[in-house]
Amino acid sequence: MFDALIGPFIQFDFMRRALFGALVLALGAGPIGVFLMLRRMSLTGDAMAHAILPGAAIGFLIAGLSLPAMTLGGLIAGIVVATLTGLVTRYTVLKEDASLAAFYLLSLALGVTIVSLRGSNVDLMHVLFGSVLALDDAALILIAGIASITLLVLAATYRGLVMECVDPIYLRSVARIGTPLHLVFLGLVVLNLVGGFQALGTLLAVGLMMLPAATARFWSADVTMMVVIAVTAGMLSGIGGLLLSYHHGLPAGPAIILVAGLFYLVSLFLGRESGLIWSLLPRRHLEA
Amino acid sequence: MTSTMTQAAIRFDDVTLGYGRHPAVHHLDGSIARGSLTAIVGPNGAGKSTLLKGIVGALRPLDGRIEMQRRGTAEGARVAYLPQAAELDRSFPIPVYDLVAMGLWNRRGLFGGISRADRGRIEEAIAAVGMTGFERRSIGTLSGGQMQRVLFARLLLQDASLILLDEPFTAIDAKTTRDLLDLVRRWHDEARTVIAVLHDIDLVREVFPETLLIAREPVAWGETNSVLHPENLLRARRMVEANDPFAQICARA
Repeated sequence: MFDALIGPFIQFDFMRRALFGALVLALGAGPIGVFLMLRRMSLTGDAMAHAILPGAAIGFLIAGLSLPAMTLGGLIAGIVVATLTGLVTRYTVLKEDASLAAFYLLSLALGVTIVSLRGSNVDLMHVLFGSVLALDDAALILIAGIASITLLVLAATYRGLVMECVDPIYLRSVARIGTPLHLVFLGLVVLNLVGGFQALGTLLAVGLMMLPAATARFWSADVTMMVVIAVTAGMLSGIGGLLLSYHHGLPAGPAIILVAGLFYLVSLFLGRESGLIWSLLPRRHLEA
Repeated sequence: MTSTMTQAAIRFDDVTLGYGRHPAVHHLDGSIARGSLTAIVGPNGAGKSTLLKGIVGALRPLDGRIEMQRRGTAEGARVAYLPQAAELDRSFPIPVYDLVAMGLWNRRGLFGGISRADRGRIEEAIAAVGMTGFERRSIGTLSGGQMQRVLFARLLLQDASLILLDEPFTAIDAKTTRDLLDLVRRWHDEARTVIAVLHDIDLVREVFPETLLIAREPVAWGETNSVLHPENLLRARRMVEANDPFAQICARA
C-alpha cells in the first residue's frame, strides 16, 4: 500500500517534479476557477485556453520548443484576446460571451494555421497535450511564480471581485474600479492557463481550473470554503492522476483531469449542497 | 441667483439623456434643492430611471450638463444609488451581513479592515431595517421584501448626502413599505437629499413634499399637490410617444 502510494514519488525524480507541478497548479487554478464559476464564466477559461494557442505556436515557430518564447507568446495572445473582448463588450451591443467567442475562434483558426505550417511535429504535441512528466526547473519556477502572483493578487482584490460578482452596478456607483478589476482577473486566468499548458497542454489546462471549482460548489455555499475545497480537490486529483498514470501506463495529463472529473461526478451525486442523492431520498420538511 | 446656486444639490442645465441618439429625457432644466425630498413620477418609458442613471454618472448626457454640489469634499462624492432590485445576482452565495457591509466601501475601500466600531454600525443598520437574526442567511434565500430591507441597510451604512432610489417599493408589501418609508423620512430629517422614482401617487402625496412629473420632457416640477394635478397627469400620459426610428435631428439641440 505504502509502496503503491508513496513509492513512485520517492523513487523517481520526474515523479516528484510532476507532483510539485500539479500541486502548485491546483493552488493557483482552484480559486480562479471558483470565481469564474460564480461569475458564470465557466466556459471563458476554455475559450481563453484556445485563444492562447497562436501565441504559443508563434513562440514555437520562432524559437523552437523554448519555454520562455512559448510562454510569452501565449501570454500576449491571451491578454490581447481578453482586452479586445472587454473593450468590445463595454463599447458595443455585443455581450461578453459573443465577443469572446468571436475573438477566440479567430485566434484558434490562426493558431491551427500556424501549427500546420510546420507540419506534424512531435514536439508540438507537447504544447497541445502537455508533458507533466517532463517538467524542468524553469517550468517549475514558472508555475510556482504564477501561483504566487495569483494568490497575492486575489488576496488584494478579493473584496472588489466579490462585489463585482454580486452587484456590479453598486460597485460602479461607489468606485470606478469594476472594469480594471475585471481585466486584472482575466489576466490571472490567462497566466494560470499559460502555467498549466506546460504540464497539461493548452486543451486540458482549464480542467484543473473548472472541475475542482464545480466540485466545490456541491459541498459549500461559502466562497472561502469553496476555494479551500477546490484547491484540495485539485491537489488530490494531481496526486491521484499521477499514481494512476504510473501504475497503469496512462498519459499523465489526461489522467489528472480524469481523476478531477471523477471527484466532480461523485460530488454531483453525493454533494451536501443539492447533490442528486437528496432529490432521490426525499426527507420530511423542517418546522421552520 | 447665487443663493439658489449654493442651495442646489443638483443642477440640470438643458440636459438630454438617452440611448444611441434617441433621447429618453429631453431638455431638462432646473435644480434639486439640498436636503429636499423629491419624487420622480411619470408613465412607463418616461425616462425616470434614465434620469437617475444620469445623476449617478452611469449614463453620460447626450447634451447639456448635470452639476453636482458636493459637501465635505475630502470624502468626495457621497451618492448612494439603489437601482431596480432585479439587477443584482441573487444566486451568488453571500450572507446578508457581508452584503450590508459593502455599504462601508466609501470608508474602507478595497483594502481597509472592518473595525469593531464598523461591526457595530453594520449590526445597527441590520437592526434598523428589522433584519436582525438574518445575518448569516444567504441572500438567495430572502424574499423580495426582505431583500429590499437588506439593500436599505446598505444604503444606511453608505451615509450619503444624496440618495437615489429607483422604484424602491415596487412589489413590496404595505408593512415593509411603511418601515422603509420611515427610513426615508429619517434621511430627510437628517438633511440628506433624497430622490425617489415612484408609481404610487397616493404615497407620493403623503410623504414627498416635492415632485417632478416627467414624460420624456418635464411636465411639471415643484410642490407635490400642484404638480400632481389631474390635468398634468393626463398631459404626461399623452406625451410618451413610441420610439421613432426615423426621428430627425432635434431642432432645439
